[in-house]
Amino acid sequence: MTDKRSSLDDMVAELRPGMTIGFGGWGSRRKPMAAVRAIVRAGVGDLTVVSYGGPDVGQLCAAGLVRKVVFGFVTLDSIALDPHFRAARQEGRIEAMEVDEGMFYLGLLAACQRVPFLPTRAGLGSDVMRVNPDLRTVRSPYDDGEELVAMPALELDAAFVHLNRADRHGNGQVLGPDPYFDDLFLGAARRRFVTAEAVVEPGALLDEGPLQSVVVTRLITDAVSEVPLGAHFTSCPPDYPRDEELQRRYVKAAADPDTWAEFADRFVAVDQPDYRRALAEVSASSSAAP
Amino acid sequence: MTEITRAEVCVAACADAWRGDGETLASPFGTIPSLGARLARLTFEPDLVLTDGEAALMANTPAVSGTEDMVREAWMPYRRVFDVVWAGRRHVMMMASQLDRFGNQNLSCIGDWHRPKAQLIGVRGAPGNSVNHTTSYWIPSHTPRAVVESVDMVCGVGYDHAGSVPGAARFHEVRVVVTNLAVLDFATPDHALRLRSVHPGVSVDEVLASSGCPVVVADAVPESRLPTPEELSILRHVLDPTGLREKELPG
Repeated sequence: MTDKRSSLDDMVAELRPGMTIGFGGWGSRRKPMAAVRAIVRAGVGDLTVVSYGGPDVGQLCAAGLVRKVVFGFVTLDSIALDPHFRAARQEGRIEAMEVDEGMFYLGLLAACQRVPFLPTRAGLGSDVMRVNPDLRTVRSPYDDGEELVAMPALELDAAFVHLNRADRHGNGQVLGPDPYFDDLFLGAARRRFVTAEAVVEPGALLDEGPLQSVVVTRLITDAVSEVPLGAHFTSCPPDYPRDEELQRRYVKAAADPDTWAEFADRFVAVDQPDYRRALAEVSASSSAAP
Repeated sequence: MTEITRAEVCVAACADAWRGDGETLASPFGTIPSLGARLARLTFEPDLVLTDGEAALMANTPAVSGTEDMVREAWMPYRRVFDVVWAGRRHVMMMASQLDRFGNQNLSCIGDWHRPKAQLIGVRGAPGNSVNHTTSYWIPSHTPRAVVESVDMVCGVGYDHAGSVPGAARFHEVRVVVTNLAVLDFATPDHALRLRSVHPGVSVDEVLASSGCPVVVADAVPESRLPTPEELSILRHVLDPTGLREKELPG
């Protein structure tokens, strides 16, 4: 069986400017943040970012790498709004496709199933149809004749998800309560990248969770990388909760260009060893453990 | 018993939103709606279904301040919530940055969507919620900026927009709007916003002056009901002993 172990840098080396990239997780929860940091370091730009948005969207916007965001929301959960995404929208620096969360889900599912769209009532009557003039409706071919939104497939050039565990063949496991839509992001993408807190021996995934927790199969994985703290500062239960203190610093730093540059130097445009060193410095200089 | 606060009146009004819903997923946003849903379940709607805000349904009805004592009854990750939404077995109470005369709601942005004056959280699930199942709203600060003639971006669909698209009207119902001043609904011939009751200590004129759109007012507007002694006891001693309700709505 193929050994799909790779490095984050090798994954990101496959990306090209102008690509459409999906990021798993939800809000400020189990986001592939190490992948985001690697993309920022590589400076791959002009991206269309597809995300149930959190600080992944914010940090890529702050780095000037985003052409367009496809989203239903962007939030940091315990802090309602992401300052960089707000600024990018308010200053007109990015394009947007804003759809209902459920439409977003069906867009990923359509891409997974290789159909051009899936029908839904979600969006009917709302301004989602006004601000996305490319969205079409479709009439049921059956006797009811009902008109529904035809949510187009959200096809991705690449997708990144961060899981609790994986094996070297590309099976992946979520030990927290919600798998979110991570398997759909992978299924919708041409190149499919998984990072995990730990890469364990094949078969050993069942040591830590039931069979149903292995939500990603190797059928939808091209490369795997062990990246401890790969979702940090977002939450990755049961491995770690959200680092609320660092998230607060992230938001505060956005208020001023100099403060932001300093934050980005330490916590965004860094590789994983430097990120961990920066975290250790923070915890050494504060009484609270991270 | 100490005096009943405005926040406690609002909790009872929110609880009443779910009256008659039976075995329905109640999805409250905000502290006072969460208290309302839990209060309804502990009193007159024992079959209501509640989530922990993450991926579980709660078998018991613990305090809103924490989930330490929570007993889980079933798994409900976000993906499965859509099955419930699209099947119509849910009644959500959302917040609104703007809510208008016909019950359209906005939480996406203020100003022109193409380059907003203020980017907010996004449409979230509001478009799908509002055309698939019963929707209510909680507005903790009833001002002319929150209650408007027409919203800048229709997220939750109101009666006028739902009426213009057959598929949107089929399962559409905006049931009630609870604010810090009053309870409102759309029980008028053209589904325009109507004042159902004013909270004790609030005048009809105050509600009208705090609204940025016309509000239909009957000759006699009743006062919002007070929580019963049993409800107050549950609220103060079981659901919210630390008084989070007063933080969301300072007296």
